[in-house]
Amino acid sequence: MSQAIEFLVPRESVLSRRAAIIADLADLLPPECLVHEPRGLAPFETDAFISYRRVPLAVALPRTTTQVAAVLKYCNRYDIPVVPRGAGTSLSGGAIPQEDAVVLCLSKMTRILEVDYANRAATLQAGVTNLSISEAVGIDGFFYAPDPSSQLACTIGGNIGMNSGGAHCLKYGVTTNNLLGVKLVLIDGTVIDLGGKHLDAAGYDLLGLVCGSEGQLGVVTEATVRLIAKPEGVRPVLFGFETCEEAGACVTDIIAAGIIPVAIEFMDKAAIEICEAFAKAGYPLDVGALLIVEVEGSEAEMDAMLASIVEIAGRHGVKTVRQCQSATEAALIWKGRKSAFGATGRIADYICMDGTVPLGKLSYVLNRTSEIVESFGLRVANVFHAGDGNMHPLILFNANDPIEAANAEAAGNEILKLCVEAGGCLTGEHGVGIEKRDLMRYQYSQADLAQQMEVRAAFDEKWLLNPSKVFPLDGRA
Amino acid sequence: MQTSFTPEQLADPQIAESEKILRRCVHCGFCTATCPTYVTLGNELDSPRGRIYLIKEMLENDRPADEETVTHIDRCLSCLSCVSTCPSGVDYMHLVDHARAHIEKTYRRPLSDRLIRSLLAKILPYPARFRTALTLARLGRPLVPLFGRVPALAPLAAMLALVPKAAGRRASRSVPETPGTGSQKRGRVAILSGCAQSVLDPGINAATHRLLARFGVEVVVAPGEGCCGALVHHMGREDEALEFARRNVDAWIGEMDTNGLDAIIVTASGCGTTIKDYGRMLRLDPLYAEKAGRVSALARDISEYLSTLDLPVLEPRRLSVAYHSACSLQHGQKITTLPKNLLKAAGFTVREPAEGHLCCGSAGTYNILQPEISGQLKARKVRNIEATKADVIAAGNIGCMTQIASGTAIPILHTVELLDWAYGGPEPVKLAKG
Ligand code: SF4
Ligand code: SF4
Repeated sequence: MSQAIEFLVPRESVLSRRAAIIADLADLLPPECLVHEPRGLAPFETDAFISYRRVPLAVALPRTTTQVAAVLKYCNRYDIPVVPRGAGTSLSGGAIPQEDAVVLCLSKMTRILEVDYANRAATLQAGVTNLSISEAVGIDGFFYAPDPSSQLACTIGGNIGMNSGGAHCLKYGVTTNNLLGVKLVLIDGTVIDLGGKHLDAAGYDLLGLVCGSEGQLGVVTEATVRLIAKPEGVRPVLFGFETCEEAGACVTDIIAAGIIPVAIEFMDKAAIEICEAFAKAGYPLDVGALLIVEVEGSEAEMDAMLASIVEIAGRHGVKTVRQCQSATEAALIWKGRKSAFGATGRIADYICMDGTVPLGKLSYVLNRTSEIVESFGLRVANVFHAGDGNMHPLILFNANDPIEAANAEAAGNEILKLCVEAGGCLTGEHGVGIEKRDLMRYQYSQADLAQQMEVRAAFDEKWLLNPSKVFPLDGRA
Repeated sequence: MQTSFTPEQLADPQIAESEKILRRCVHCGFCTATCPTYVTLGNELDSPRGRIYLIKEMLENDRPADEETVTHIDRCLSCLSCVSTCPSGVDYMHLVDHARAHIEKTYRRPLSDRLIRSLLAKILPYPARFRTALTLARLGRPLVPLFGRVPALAPLAAMLALVPKAAGRRASRSVPETPGTGSQKRGRVAILSGCAQSVLDPGINAATHRLLARFGVEVVVAPGEGCCGALVHHMGREDEALEFARRNVDAWIGEMDTNGLDAIIVTASGCGTTIKDYGRMLRLDPLYAEKAGRVSALARDISEYLSTLDLPVLEPRRLSVAYHSACSLQHGQKITTLPKNLLKAAGFTVREPAEGHLCCGSAGTYNILQPEISGQLKARKVRNIEATKADVIAAGNIGCMTQIASGTAIPILHTVELLDWAYGGPEPVKLAKG
């Protein structure tokens, strides 16, 4: 089947030397750290953007920064593309390999190296999962704030690559706002340290540049992140509305009133049903749209903020307001929300969009999204970070039907264009990857892109790092 | 995810079912995070998602299993943690069952592997053989270090190292207590006497008999029952597994249709998961499908059954219990809180070790066949349990009990032994000693 998104043509010079390359890699890595059997390579051919697949040349599973450096240096020397990978949970295809690439998968680098409460910082190997940071420091009253839905599985290295967000980013910011330093291995094997335990560094903000660079500037092997003290209390509250418009308008007004809860999450009817079926969280099933609003602080602070939110919701005809009664209930509410994408698999295959729009346009974009998806004869479920205007329409389709699959992709493109036209952008937190690469032209002029590509080339002159991603294939220097 | 099977392939009901399972997987990767082998080895191929992919390729291409695929499927503990985690409801359990059967049919294992597997399959399910083997094994214990050094013999070393030092007393299965005087008869149940547990620790079912009798429940052993078949089932030896299943179905249906049964009580949760699956295992057997379904519907873990009896709440006692949640209970049967609630009601202070979702590495014969990974998981489990500083460990599965006991000095008991004691039974020997 021909697919819309193209990959770079594999380099014959690499493919023809496959055996030699594998033999060389075997000298650099212990046997259990190298996958090269065709059977073993297939499971690495994709990530969570599963409609695209390319079997890589080999997979390196290094345990140390030194091994990462050795592999990169080798690949640079022989012009072999390298695709970095963490847990392979990217929804934009950020970790999808290509036939001539060595996958550099950091899943064996899972040690928490240092927890420094005095400086409110933790240093971790890049393969540590997002959630395990909070788990490790939770008992001492701290947590790591960015919380992508896949936080159970996704790695901090991947989070840095994509500058990932999450439900709680409304208050605490995304990865870049919580990252203090990294150890970065450049394509020639040089190891550099950026940042440290302090908030700002002298000189250029290279750390900010690396965060969100989708593995194209180097490979992060260690990260130092900010730890935040847990608030006194947290309370998620469910607000059910008759229609998506009402819920959307309510979000707009909450933010316009200058109220910043920790999270405002939105689910439409389809999403509510999907999540309830999995998590049994007690979401109201008789509403057309649901907001999960989480507030935190002292009891008095939470009460005060909730009172203002309830008042605003009242103006938008809120149907049900349910305060959650226990920690278990709160955990279920979030479990349902965070499993939304996976749980959708119970009813259909899906692709998940990630556009961001100005809050004033929320209702309009939601409406248009439904129209677009319906015009392709498909269904949509919406579950997203409303407070940030970060939309996640899930386009439902049947992956075994090539026409539906192509339509889903086309509908997705229309939706992302809509986001840009509405004054927003292509990606809130999932990254460009391969999925949104060709749409970058809607967002940026050629001059904008050229400047970004020059920065990229300054780090990786030969474009070996994750080369098929982020920048449209034509128009590269 | 997308699959590519031909209509001819899909005509095979097993393939058709596996295809449905595969279609549900959206490759989100959530399951990797809670898979004990992925957490230990850090390789996608040793994760549920990786295994699903390997199985998909093998089945789609209708090819014999190959070494690479077998290596990674063999490393799967069948702990089903992935099933608990998967938001999409992927039925990994039955997919891997299918894969194991396919491997058994199409792959020739190296000689040493074949020998050890058939040895296990010919001994463990049969209490008399197992008892003899244990006696011999105790004599063989000094050979452990020697065997351990030869890779092909590592499973043998692991097997010998697991043998409990003290002989299990012969089960007193022929003298169940009669329902306690003064209490009304509240039910009639059959108990699985099974295989390995009756040899390794007959005290478990003895405690169950006493406890149930005290609360007015008549306990019987259906003539003819035996090993549930889980052991060979997890080795992919499907025909043997189904034979065990049929024999037990016959035994229990006989009892149900004559004297009547309220439940079939299982005190080894590994077996419970399999018995609850008899209905599915025998679904393609027209003679047994319906009967097997009835048996599965009546199967209860002991903690489930006890929870229906409304046992009285007792005064708190000083003993703290670290509750180890057997995978077959928490993931296989989704029983998570019942045993803890029972222990609490009986007055114990219950502590929950960190990483409770991770397998202890026992997993049937896994600790024998995969000693290295099993050993790492055991060490991790013991570390987490010991961190609770509990006086005693409770678990609902004999496999876990043997495994954990071989790594810690804290006494480990079956939940039902603690409950029997609390509700008037004798103090468990392991505690009296300690
Ligand atoms: S969690 Fe479920 S849907 Fe996601 S990869 Fe694992 S099995 Fe597939
Ligand atoms: S059953 Fe256990 S070991 Fe096997 S894939 Fe699932 S989580 Fe991993």
